[in-house]
Amino acid sequence: MTGGPRDDPAGRLPRPMPASVTGMQMHAKDMTAEPRGETAPGPVLALDGIVKTFPGVRALDGVHLALHPGEVTALVGENGAGKSTVVKILTGIYQPDGGEIRLDGSPVRFPTAQAASEAGITAIHQETVLFDDLTVAENIFVGHAPRGRFGLIDWRGLKARAREILDGIGARIDPDTRLRDLGIASKHLVAIARALSVEARVVIMDEPTAALSHKEIEELYELVEQLKRAGKAILFISHKFDEIFRIADRYTVFRDGAFIAEGRIDEVGHDDLVKMMVGRSVDAIFPARAADPGDTVLAVDGFCHPTEFDGISFTLRRGEILGFYGLVGAGRSEFMQALFGITAPSAGSVSIDGAPVRIASPADAVRHGIVYVPEDRGRQGAITALPIFQNVTLPSLARTSRRGFLRMAEEFALAREYTARLDLRAAALDAEVGTLSGGNQQKVVIAKWLATKPRVIILDEPTKGIDIGSKAAVHAFMAELAAQGLAVIMVSSEIPEVLGMSDRVIVMREGRMAAELHGGDLTPETLVRHAAGIEGAAA
Amino acid sequence: MSATGTDRVIPDRLQSPFQRRLKSWETLLLAVAVAIFVLNSFASPYFLNAWNLSDATFNFTEKAMIAFAMALLVISGEIDLSVASIIALASTAMGAAVQIGAGAPALIAIGLVVGLACGAFNGVLVTIMGLPSIVVTIGTMSLFRGIAYIVLGDQAYGGYPPDFTWFGRGYVFWVISFELVLFFALALVFGVVLHKTNFGRSVYAIGNNPTGALFSGIRVTRVKFILFLLTGLMSGVAAVCLTGRLGSTRPSIAQGWELEVVTMVVLGGVSILGGSGSIPGVVIAAFVMGLVTFGLGLLNVPGIVMSIFIGLLLIGVIAAPRIWTRLRSRAAA
Repeated sequence: MTGGPRDDPAGRLPRPMPASVTGMQMHAKDMTAEPRGETAPGPVLALDGIVKTFPGVRALDGVHLALHPGEVTALVGENGAGKSTVVKILTGIYQPDGGEIRLDGSPVRFPTAQAASEAGITAIHQETVLFDDLTVAENIFVGHAPRGRFGLIDWRGLKARAREILDGIGARIDPDTRLRDLGIASKHLVAIARALSVEARVVIMDEPTAALSHKEIEELYELVEQLKRAGKAILFISHKFDEIFRIADRYTVFRDGAFIAEGRIDEVGHDDLVKMMVGRSVDAIFPARAADPGDTVLAVDGFCHPTEFDGISFTLRRGEILGFYGLVGAGRSEFMQALFGITAPSAGSVSIDGAPVRIASPADAVRHGIVYVPEDRGRQGAITALPIFQNVTLPSLARTSRRGFLRMAEEFALAREYTARLDLRAAALDAEVGTLSGGNQQKVVIAKWLATKPRVIILDEPTKGIDIGSKAAVHAFMAELAAQGLAVIMVSSEIPEVLGMSDRVIVMREGRMAAELHGGDLTPETLVRHAAGIEGAAA
Repeated sequence: MSATGTDRVIPDRLQSPFQRRLKSWETLLLAVAVAIFVLNSFASPYFLNAWNLSDATFNFTEKAMIAFAMALLVISGEIDLSVASIIALASTAMGAAVQIGAGAPALIAIGLVVGLACGAFNGVLVTIMGLPSIVVTIGTMSLFRGIAYIVLGDQAYGGYPPDFTWFGRGYVFWVISFELVLFFALALVFGVVLHKTNFGRSVYAIGNNPTGALFSGIRVTRVKFILFLLTGLMSGVAAVCLTGRLGSTRPSIAQGWELEVVTMVVLGGVSILGGSGSIPGVVIAAFVMGLVTFGLGLLNVPGIVMSIFIGLLLIGVIAAPRIWTRLRSRAAA
């Protein structure tokens, strides 16, 4: 750690002067005044010296953040860097223990979510807070519906305005649709429409593209441009570097709850940013592995489902990493959940080591050594209100207990062993999983399944929403597992990850196997062509 | 991921179990129980009498037996409002059997089997048909008691043999009734099942996140079905004790008990939303409710006022910690 930005005192000392006064921005490399800063107006919203502690963890340690009108500020940092905590402070969900929030230069407090919303701060979260049973129009205007005579809701006006806003962002959604009937991408559009409806001055986007397909992401970028032109200050949180460099104007880096650096995005390089985030350089993103698959472990034959997938057949060998690529909605997760016994397929068979097995429930799947790390960590992967050690031992209780009676010492021992293998960061093993950052929650889920000593592990979008450091660690760990003889299925929508990790890739399109690729056939072009069904894909 | 930080060791616990227990709901509730006991002993000269206190335990023993099973059911995120009606149906079945000359062992078997059958009926509707338990058991609440009314009308069954009524009236030793002994034995059994077994752990997992529990390989429907069976069985046990104690069966037997049982469970600190709670809490709550009813009874307070008092107690005890934390955070701000 020599010459790294952390050693630069400028980043950690209190800001010498608000940027609005000097028109200067401190730069990571301690550059001097920024010529272009002179014309820029001062920040709409600024955080200074914000401190937030939780039992056993200092989540934020005097961080600084400034958001400027008409500009996108990317907040980057690894999981656990304090990004989500900052968002919760800005939206009035958490109260800071120290420091100052300034709106247009004057100190403010947001004691409630309502107060933050009234101050013009709106957030589009990772898990967007909308109401499934209300219509799109009602969702857009919930809490601030246009009123008619006698203070009653002006339904006609509400629908008309909703349609106006939706049209404005190019969303072809009927305002009368119930939200429940929309896909994730459309829900995001509704959330954005909602943000536009409240005269927001500051829009916070927390991993907005995580669940979107390529085309939807392009549309989202266009929306961000619109918001910029409308003079909104945008806080953009993302782990995807290409999008940060594409749409952000400024960046702010946090690491381990501390402010590291900020500056203009066109004055910083890809590698510099990574170094600031992780405090070290990440050399090889994907581990080199010598693929040496052994005997066939898993054989799936003719898996069908009335609506989700059709005719899925493949084999998987020991030590092999099999990638499943496809667009969102191609039926990959649905197939994996059927293989894991969550849903029943209408036809198809599974055999392990050549012997047919019947999997009617996840319990059966686990018994036969097939485990599944789901994409939806909070709902399916972990039981967030239970302690870490109980999450880890949940599927292994038969092993840690004696005649059905719990043995705490054994449970702690098992949890300690596997959380250490995954380098979990937590205050204690009896802390609730919900108190951990996303990356650490994912580690708990993976630890839980490894503790069952599985033969086949299915990882569904294992690095979604995880920072670059943890990502590399997950990749290295996957390679290690395969080297130890575990058969790995990886569902991923990230082309570099699919190419970098898989020995073989099955591309799915509209519920069917579009292609099985390996060796020289594995290129970004072939993946995209098969996934999208473009003619001449075989070339 | 052993490349970095293998030197880090995560401690098992930040707080010792004792520290955690000290700050728990159960401790607060125990303090309330002691306070009520002290208040009662000042309020009435008849309170501190072994036989009077022993009589008082009948106010809660039968309800508490159901409350133990109900606690598990509520922790798993379900509820059974038909328990009092199961008592009515089981008691009616036993009464009918007495008329054709059944003895105590047969009567007990009938009571328990009817309880199990009712529990199985609820369980099938909830777990296999996928219906919400609150709706199902409101329905079976009317159904089970309705059958008892059809059979009995305004009549009553009586003539229970003494070796059967012993289960409601008998004493094991001095002032210690059979029901009290059974209450403690069942408390122990349910406490061990919930807190010390794999089954109990899966009950908590299901209550906190049924989807996550399913994805962790827990047989969610099987566990829930067993819990409905257990609740039905415990209603059958309560039916045996209550019928024995009263020595007769009317269709209105145990009317309104379902709400008292749920009150006991919630007062004991079980989250009505599922996921948390403990058997010791329910045991203390049973004593609190029994002591309050008994103390007010000694003061000749009418029954309707007692239920007002129980209601206020429930709201008060549940609101107190929230008011406390709110006041504290206000003081800190």
